[in-house]
Amino acid sequence: MVSQRRLVAFLVFLTMVSLVGLAAAQEPTEVRIGVYEPMTGAMAAGGQMTWEGIELAHEQRPEVLGLPVRLILVDNRSDKVESATAVTRLVQKDKVHAIIGSYGSALSMSGGPVAQTAKVPVMGCSPTNPLVTVGNDYYFRACFIDPFQGRVMAQFAFEKLGAKTAAIIQDVAQDYSVGLANFFREAFIELTGDPKAIVGFTSYQTGDRDFTAQLTYVANAKPDVVFAPGYYADAAVLVTQARSLGLNMPFLGGDTLEAPEFIEIGGKDVEGVYFSTHYSADAPITPASEEFVALYKSKFDKAPNTFAALGYDCYMLVLDAIEKAGVVDPKAIRDAIAETKDFVGATGIITLDANGDATKSAVVLVVKDGQFKLVDVVHPL
Amino acid sequence: MTLEIFLQNVANGITLGSLYALLAIGYTMVYGILRLINFAHGEIFMISTYFAFYGIGIFTLPWQISFIMAIVLTALLGVVIERASYRPLRDAPRISALISAIGVSFLIANLGLVIFGGRPKTFYRPPLFQIPIQLGTIRVVALFFIIPILTLLLLVILNYIVYRTKIGLAMRAAQWDFDVAKLMGVDVDRAISVTFALGSALAAIGGIMWGLRFVEINPNMGLFPGLKCFIAAVFGGIGNIDGAVLGGFLLGFGEIMLVAFLPGLAGYRDAFAFVLLILTLLLRPTGLLGEKQRVRT
Repeated sequence: MVSQRRLVAFLVFLTMVSLVGLAAAQEPTEVRIGVYEPMTGAMAAGGQMTWEGIELAHEQRPEVLGLPVRLILVDNRSDKVESATAVTRLVQKDKVHAIIGSYGSALSMSGGPVAQTAKVPVMGCSPTNPLVTVGNDYYFRACFIDPFQGRVMAQFAFEKLGAKTAAIIQDVAQDYSVGLANFFREAFIELTGDPKAIVGFTSYQTGDRDFTAQLTYVANAKPDVVFAPGYYADAAVLVTQARSLGLNMPFLGGDTLEAPEFIEIGGKDVEGVYFSTHYSADAPITPASEEFVALYKSKFDKAPNTFAALGYDCYMLVLDAIEKAGVVDPKAIRDAIAETKDFVGATGIITLDANGDATKSAVVLVVKDGQFKLVDVVHPL
Repeated sequence: MTLEIFLQNVANGITLGSLYALLAIGYTMVYGILRLINFAHGEIFMISTYFAFYGIGIFTLPWQISFIMAIVLTALLGVVIERASYRPLRDAPRISALISAIGVSFLIANLGLVIFGGRPKTFYRPPLFQIPIQLGTIRVVALFFIIPILTLLLLVILNYIVYRTKIGLAMRAAQWDFDVAKLMGVDVDRAISVTFALGSALAAIGGIMWGLRFVEINPNMGLFPGLKCFIAAVFGGIGNIDGAVLGGFLLGFGEIMLVAFLPGLAGYRDAFAFVLLILTLLLRPTGLLGEKQRVRT
């Protein structure tokens, strides 16, 4: 009799526990936003800068729909395989409602399909390769894409630097670099009207440290400018070696050069390197830009960078979308993000097109006296 | 390709090859005595650059002293690693020591990540090494000469130690027959410690040269140079010191020439090294200068 009563009590207890569990599943007590970024490895600087911006935004706005927002950071270690694993972890173990990431187009491209299968929306901060969002209706981004960026740099080389010929050194292991190199090539040939304007085209792989053979080949081709769209550490070492081999022409790159390490490693050798990026604190675009700059300076006591600004924007954009969706449900959040129109971010006004890409202006910076200085602002066509 | 360009690439190849050679020696020395591939060698190389970096950066030592300290500390680290992770496994099957080596490699790389952080650091470059030198149309900096000369000098010193000193004799005896050497009263443990100290010191010199040449250092930097130099050691004939140097030079040379003659294939440079390894193993498993291995249990 006693044991029967105990059994009944136990069953009632079990039912209650499972009911509580169900209730918890239906009415979330928090909003979980996963972040996957390269915190270590070849792209660590980019991931860490982005994370600074996301954290800053989180401090500004720690709640949405009356629920606390919890950020869950997973390091993808600058590795394509780890990147897919990181997203799997976020959707399966942490059951996040939305994801932000990742610096590095290749890392985003390997994480993307996982999120798409799990039907969790991802907001990319700075992956610029067009293929990141193509065919993936769950991937969005707050930045411009590389056909535009390649054109900006080709135009800059042709119009501002008066270059008639160029050589390209791409990082063959990075979709970002390969894509950008090709877009630059197409735009530069079109601008100069000379199909032979690209006098040299060669490659290296992420992490290579000896570029002397490639640079000797480039020196022999005698281009007016060299376009080397690699990641900051590789690019800094490359430019250093170029100078020691006596190559004195201007070197150009893409947004991945914007990292303090580029100047630290390159020292005076990288003076005069031009690159395009998303945003400069010297050219605030919106009221949100100024607000962001002030916040960033008060927290980190240094000048903000593009990637922190993009991280900040992505977080704010996702929170806006959650508010618009009104429910904490990945599918509803996805639909709300897709409808983003005229969102006022620190890096500009963001309107997402059918692909989930933003159309924004680019800035061209130069390394001068150990700092990034604004040279030009290029608006989209 | 003009002659000037070719000569410039010869200079490029010699410098890179010398760096590979410095690291390859460490692999080959340890293998010679213990029949163990010391997979932690690349990480020892990595740590040495951080020793030098922090010596200058935190303890504000002059670079000369910092570099010497780094070499000494790295040599000690090599000895400690052997004591802690290989010596207890000396009588275990050889595969156990190999796995222990891989474990040590991961341990050091990840410790480095935790302690030094994932972002790259900038190695201090004394202006002395950066003096530009113009030879006809070839342009190099002083370091281009210092690295190969240093490598050859170290090779001579090492050969002297191995063939002309008592400890060298003990090392060769241990290499020839471990147990018999022990029976003859050779202090095998000491010979092994010295081997690790010498190999690690050379890795440190290679690391410092690497830092001077390539400026950027990070906790993962040991992996690829480590693998490449292992390939160089196998190619030259593992167990043979001169072979390691030859293998290092040829690997560096081959990589540069691949890019020089086929710039379109520059991205396949690492593949070149691995193809070389496979061909060596298929066609001449003992390497260029290796003798027939005596099978030991």
